Amino acid sequence: MIYNLEVNSNCALVINYRVFWFVLGVIDGKYAALDVVEALGTCLTNPEPRTRGRGVQLLSQVLQVSYSILKQKEVEVLTIFYIDRLKDHHLITSHVLQGMKFLSLSPVLPEGLAVATLKALFQEVHVQSLMQSERHSVYSIISNFMETREKELKGLGADFIFGFIQAMDGEKDPRNLLMAFQISREMVTKKYELGAFVEELFEVTSCYFPIDFTPPPNDPHGISQEELILSLRAILASTPRFAEFLLPLLIEKLDSDVQPAKVDSLQTLTACCNDYRKKEVKDFLPALWSSIRREVFQTASEKIESEGLSALQALSTCLSRSVIDSDAEDSLDSFLNNVLQDCKHHLCEPDMKLVWPSAKLLQAAASGSHRATYKITTSVLPLLLEEFNKHTQSSQRWTILGILESFIKLTHKWERDDNPLSAFKDQLCLLVFSALTDSSVQLQIVGTSTLAVLGTQQGDLLHTDTGHHAELCLSAHSAAAMAASVTMSRIHPSAFITRMVPAMTGELSTEPMEVKESRGLLKAPRQRCVQALAAISTHPDVLRHTVPVLLRHLMDIQKGSLCTEVEDAVSACRSLQLVAEQCQVAEESSEYFHQTVVPCLLGLAVRSALQGCGPSILCEEPVIAALGTVISTAYSHTHTQPACRTIARVVSLYLDGDASLLPENDLPSTFQPFQVRHDTSLLVVVLVTLSLSLRLQVGVPQRDRLLGQLLEMCCVSGHRFTYTSAAKCIAGIVNKYPLLMLLADPELGPEAADGFSLLVSDSTDVLNRASHADIRIMYRQRFFTENVPKLVQGFHSAGKDNKSNYLKALSHVMNSLPKQVLMTELPSLLTLLLEALSCSDQVVQLSTLGCLHPLLQEAPQIVSLHVDTLISKLLSLATSPTMKVRIASLQCMHAMTRLPTHVILPHKARTIRALTQPLDDKKRLVRKEAALARGEWFLLGSPGR
Amino acid sequence: MAAGTRLENANPLVYQRSKDRPPSAREEDEAETDPIDHREIFDLIRSINDPEHPLSLEELNVVEPVRVHVNDEESTVTVAFTPTIPHCSMATLIGLSIKVKLLRSLPERFKVDVHITPGTHASEQAVNKQLADKERVAAALENTHLLEVVNQCLSGRL
Repeated sequence: MIYNLEVNSNCALVINYRVFWFVLGVIDGKYAALDVVEALGTCLTNPEPRTRGRGVQLLSQVLQVSYSILKQKEVEVLTIFYIDRLKDHHLITSHVLQGMKFLSLSPVLPEGLAVATLKALFQEVHVQSLMQSERHSVYSIISNFMETREKELKGLGADFIFGFIQAMDGEKDPRNLLMAFQISREMVTKKYELGAFVEELFEVTSCYFPIDFTPPPNDPHGISQEELILSLRAILASTPRFAEFLLPLLIEKLDSDVQPAKVDSLQTLTACCNDYRKKEVKDFLPALWSSIRREVFQTASEKIESEGLSALQALSTCLSRSVIDSDAEDSLDSFLNNVLQDCKHHLCEPDMKLVWPSAKLLQAAASGSHRATYKITTSVLPLLLEEFNKHTQSSQRWTILGILESFIKLTHKWERDDNPLSAFKDQLCLLVFSALTDSSVQLQIVGTSTLAVLGTQQGDLLHTDTGHHAELCLSAHSAAAMAASVTMSRIHPSAFITRMVPAMTGELSTEPMEVKESRGLLKAPRQRCVQALAAISTHPDVLRHTVPVLLRHLMDIQKGSLCTEVEDAVSACRSLQLVAEQCQVAEESSEYFHQTVVPCLLGLAVRSALQGCGPSILCEEPVIAALGTVISTAYSHTHTQPACRTIARVVSLYLDGDASLLPENDLPSTFQPFQVRHDTSLLVVVLVTLSLSLRLQVGVPQRDRLLGQLLEMCCVSGHRFTYTSAAKCIAGIVNKYPLLMLLADPELGPEAADGFSLLVSDSTDVLNRASHADIRIMYRQRFFTENVPKLVQGFHSAGKDNKSNYLKALSHVMNSLPKQVLMTELPSLLTLLLEALSCSDQVVQLSTLGCLHPLLQEAPQIVSLHVDTLISKLLSLATSPTMKVRIASLQCMHAMTRLPTHVILPHKARTIRALTQPLDDKKRLVRKEAALARGEWFLLGSPGR
Repeated sequence: MAAGTRLENANPLVYQRSKDRPPSAREEDEAETDPIDHREIFDLIRSINDPEHPLSLEELNVVEPVRVHVNDEESTVTVAFTPTIPHCSMATLIGLSIKVKLLRSLPERFKVDVHITPGTHASEQAVNKQLADKERVAAALENTHLLEVVNQCLSGRL
């Protein structure tokens, strides 16, 4: 039999701590919950209400931990008991509600009891006179039941909603309000019967609108005003049945002077329009429109303006969705007529004061649907076109063109055949071109961006005048023109090939006029020309025409037939690089680079290096570097095969002067870049960039010979650019050396071991996807299975000095793997890990401890075999000079307490003694782990653990 | 008034648990020495379970950082704890748990004094005397039943 509760002389109840353990017994399943009722017997029937309260409280606490494991019969008896307790003294109510809350979570609550509980609650309890936490319990009970007993609750009919409205009426606490709003919303969205209480439900929630709540400082509940607003909005906007009450309220708040109330009203209106139809909004349209118009016309707040415009758009969408009755008027049409009537005339006013607000309103209304866009655009465009022509000042034309542009953009939203713009196509084009040729720079800029917008329109709105566009790209304000060209070249490649490319070619081959310093931006038309050529190379077809122009330009530079500067060559290379980047995805284009562009560039470089007659521009360092970058960019994304072929031929070109790669096989003399005195040695840099861009699988042919030459160059060359390039090249090639072999090297071994860390960790600078490292899914796992056996074998066969290198590499690899993957492999590695613990390298120690920790928890059987060694090693690491090692070893010591007790108990006394030392460690973080570990060891084999 | 106090204990005021102490840059630095401070002591005892409620001593405000004093150089620690009600029959047990926890977690050089916050318990002196008496503490811990309860208080949260 269980212990009874003792009632002391003061009649206050002291729960014997044995009873506390008995409560735990219920959780463990040793006792049934009804035993508690029996044990509490006298207490629950005690005449003193406080004592009864304590009894119910204890019972509720038991339910808190055990509700999920109670049997149906128990739940039934307890629920009926609790329902009955609601009639008891008010001191008890709090504990009763607490218990009911847990019972309402029980999955086995018999049918009918949910309804009975709620009926009793609504009948017996006056919710708003309860304390906050008690009210919270009431809402929790309702909410729990709604989640699991929807069908039963719906059986209650409108009584349920009525009871709830009474319960929440007057709620003040934000925590409870959040729940009450949530419940109300569920009632609506899950279609509970609202009966005659629609307006009451609206009233009981809408009285909080707009929410004005400032959380107290240091509010532990973290409820924000925003949260309450959104939650209230969700219920207010949840059903069109609220419309007749809500819309007048919104208009009222919108007409008030409180800024947040305006914002909230507009946002709520926008939310409502999702579900509303014409029927709901029709009567309020004039009032809503005039309020929104007023806010946009007069407000100083951008927030209110943008919310107003969103609301207008939502209204327009809402009206567009409604079915047009045959006899009734088209409400969208008449609404838009209103909007047009109120805004259109502002567009024509000479002082242009309200032009932008009106335009914004018109656009917001237009963006509601395709129908709205069509109606507004066709009505407004002629007006704007007329206004543009009427005004003579560029500033006014600029404004009107800007508005036009945004209307044109609007029509993009709807992919329909009947584009409202098509009727005005010719006029628009005329207008845009007149803007482009205007003397005002501002107007030109808006003109070009309008052109780009027009250019993306379906149908060939304009492909007639790209030649003119070429001029623009060369003009002072090329940025907008370039951007426009990029957009348009994608859509009209042929127009660009036939008109723009020839224009650019012509420009490139003419000698520049004397540079007018006054127009500083115009300093280098040629450079802008090559930039433009690169910019429009967005389409494979265009690229075939632009790249040859760029190459020819470089050839002309090499021949010296043009009066050029270094910058010209560099910018041509940059443009080529840009093109190479742009065509990464298109296979045919990158193949074109491989077949044609790269050999041509190499040929150019080699030939100009061999020319020997004075320094050629192409032999300048920046140009060579830029050339190299083009080539490496071209290869960074191609497949392995072409890269393999190219590197092989480049190497034989460099080593043996084999010029079969180059387009014109007629070099004036033998190409020997490794002869130091030669100008050609500079070209090593091209080799560098190429070798660095190659993927790992691409082996460098004749590696040793190449390395030898490079090394010599490195040592002998007195030219800084050359020898640093040679050194980089060596690095690039060596990087592709198999790491495993290096582990055995006494000098390189430790670095090689760290190299494994580089391979398996996420690298930011070199080995990542961006620098074309080939990172594949699960590569770490495959790396593990492929390399670990080799590492283990290497470890066993290695000499004493090198063993640690293998351990280090191994621990790096293991550290990078997800632990669940590791678990299957670890047992076989355990002896190795134990050995690694004795390794003097701290990195090895740390990563080994990191591997051991999960193993202690998940593979106790295997670890148990080595407990003796493990404890000794861990304890000695607990005094390591490195803080992290001390922490990790103590964490392992802590984890060891989860091993089977009989295995570790023999070590308890020794461990507890040894752990006194880290308790006095000079680092707090170490002491913390030591105290945790030691505390657990104390509990081992002790009662009460 | 007295009734109100009792009710409060029946449904005790629950205080918020403090957040874990974030490691400072100094603590991460190998070279620095971190002296044992009162927050460190408080962190050791704050998560001890109350024998009566499924709550920690910190949540019940039985222990508070301001009532913990430590002098690392002189190796002394003083902890005052406040039972939830003046007649709390658990006071000795709570004190014992705090004492045992500190003895297990602090270097041996420390002299640990655990006592009741003055004026907060009916039998304050008796309890303090018992807690200060090494022999009686040791004897208490040899009682399997008592040790079991103490260990329960010291083991991880329920």
